[in-house]
Amino acid sequence: MTNVNSACEQLFPLGFNLVTSGEMIYGEAKTSKGVVALLGTINSAPIGVDLAFALAGKVLEIIQNYPQRPIIILVDTQGQNLSRRDELLGNAGYLAHLSMCFELARMRGHTLISIVYKEAVSGGYLALGMIADRSFALDSAQIRVMALSAMSRIMQISLERLEELCASSPIFGPGASNYVALGALDAVLANDLSSPIEQALSQSEQLDQRAKLGLERGGRKLAFEVINLVINAHV
Amino acid sequence: MRLENISGLYESSARERISLILDAATFQEILPPFKRISSPHLKTLGMPIAFDDGIVIGVGLFEGKKVFCAAQEPGFMGGSVGEVHGAKLTGLLERAAIEKPAAVILILDTGGVRLHEANAGLIAISEIQRALFKARSMGVVVIALSAGSNGVYGGIGIVARCCDYVLITEQGRLSVSGPEVIESQKGVEEFDARDKALVWRTMGGKHRYLQNEAQAYTKDSIKNIRATIAAYFGKPVPLSLEELLRQHKSLGQRLEKFSDCADALDIWTKMGIQNPDQIPSLDDESFITIANRVRDHD
Amino acid sequence: METFEFKFGPWSKQSKLSNKKPIIVGVVGSGNLEVLVEEVDLNGGTKFYLETSIDGFEKTWQAVLADFAEQERFANTIITINDGGATPAVVQLRLAQAAQQWKETP
Repeated sequence: MTNVNSACEQLFPLGFNLVTSGEMIYGEAKTSKGVVALLGTINSAPIGVDLAFALAGKVLEIIQNYPQRPIIILVDTQGQNLSRRDELLGNAGYLAHLSMCFELARMRGHTLISIVYKEAVSGGYLALGMIADRSFALDSAQIRVMALSAMSRIMQISLERLEELCASSPIFGPGASNYVALGALDAVLANDLSSPIEQALSQSEQLDQRAKLGLERGGRKLAFEVINLVINAHV
Repeated sequence: MRLENISGLYESSARERISLILDAATFQEILPPFKRISSPHLKTLGMPIAFDDGIVIGVGLFEGKKVFCAAQEPGFMGGSVGEVHGAKLTGLLERAAIEKPAAVILILDTGGVRLHEANAGLIAISEIQRALFKARSMGVVVIALSAGSNGVYGGIGIVARCCDYVLITEQGRLSVSGPEVIESQKGVEEFDARDKALVWRTMGGKHRYLQNEAQAYTKDSIKNIRATIAAYFGKPVPLSLEELLRQHKSLGQRLEKFSDCADALDIWTKMGIQNPDQIPSLDDESFITIANRVRDHD
Repeated sequence: METFEFKFGPWSKQSKLSNKKPIIVGVVGSGNLEVLVEEVDLNGGTKFYLETSIDGFEKTWQAVLADFAEQERFANTIITINDGGATPAVVQLRLAQAAQQWKETP
């Protein structure tokens, strides 16, 4: 059972502080590269309009008050909030706004690092985490699009068949190692949690390397090639 | 295909939509079907592939100006995003950041991630988003259009709202979670997916325009859609602190005013609309007149 | 999924290649299909390559495509079909559309 405090104790041995505000957490940590901002969610938070708005507000605060301070995104979410109210109020807009605030931070020199310490799902992870320059997950973390049983129902493919496919392909299953193979995660963190983060802080990466990594690791053999074919096509 | 019989986008295919929206006979497709760049994952599942993996991308002219255009094919796998489909769109946006066309027009019609490619689809959507930001940071205006049969859902709903502008028609929808997903996870009390009127009040074109989730609303006619798109040329929205603070304030006000509203009718009432229950049945022109009186302008 | 290849003709051994651009009609979906038509040096014949999600209709496809090939006599043409379970009526429609467009292609 990972909670954010125990994760931070291992991630930031030089010290950290976290404030809880509903299902949002924020604070700072000391690293050998200086102080970094912490921002994220707890309790498998479903991200709806209120939480997305609060998170975006914090990103804007960091941009305005702490120029170029790296932001470490601590992710534990069950995805976008599945609720009539949040769709009524326009959750797409709030999640997009959160994404754009992170993008602005990156453009203004804030290194973005995300760490899934427990769970990350679909639209919630898209806006809070996948936007980072470098992404990590603890080895116990679950990252997925949807529960396999729900997928089975919608796709009309038996659960057994999907589980079979999980064994031979990183495309379906929820493990963090799948997302490494597909190029979306830099690495799974185990044992030494802080060194990879220290290293990521000193090697900022502005370009999206995930398709290339997906090819190198064999999880996605076509994405990188197709992107380049499109860029170079003669029209 | 006989294009002169098609008056709007709703029932047309991706290829037809591009032919109708862009200047006649100017579209040059990138990675056309004869290249056979299709999904390896669908093959593994024993499912039919499409030679364009359900998305048509390329370059053309719009009122004589060079534009990039993408259209998702609603009939293939619900317009959903798989590895190849997503990479085509990412590549187009990355190319736009380099070539800087006058605009990128995204004719979206999708349920979001293609479950048959699950994790690869989700990552693809994130890559599309990054490439979109790259294009926008180079000053390229990116316009998303929701006029289609599936709506614009899932992660692509988020991507659409990351574009400079969203244009929507009455039939268009824009959301993150679809009605069926909400109902299946939270129950019919939370959302009755078969209640079409509820779906459109909550996620449909008119509501999205009223609350400024969509910046433009048009009648589903080629003439009107083209005129609406044309109006945004040369008007990229900057990705700046000033702009995001402004949007943040606006989104905060939306929460303050409408947070406790149970239904769109309550929202429309609070906005000052006299007969909110008539909004769904209003014709486009009448609706636009009323909407423009009450909605916040950017 | 089933895959078939059918060859018909040759219709004329003298036909030259004319650098025709490929065309596509239809959409792959439940009850629908896409038809890609390309010019390829086949010594004057027509070839069909078909992938279909509905098993067990090889003879039907053979008959339908043989009729079409005989009727149109497209020399040096390969017609590739991705079928998502279209009815005979839809198949005929798409083939007719493809034939029309191919004839209109310079």
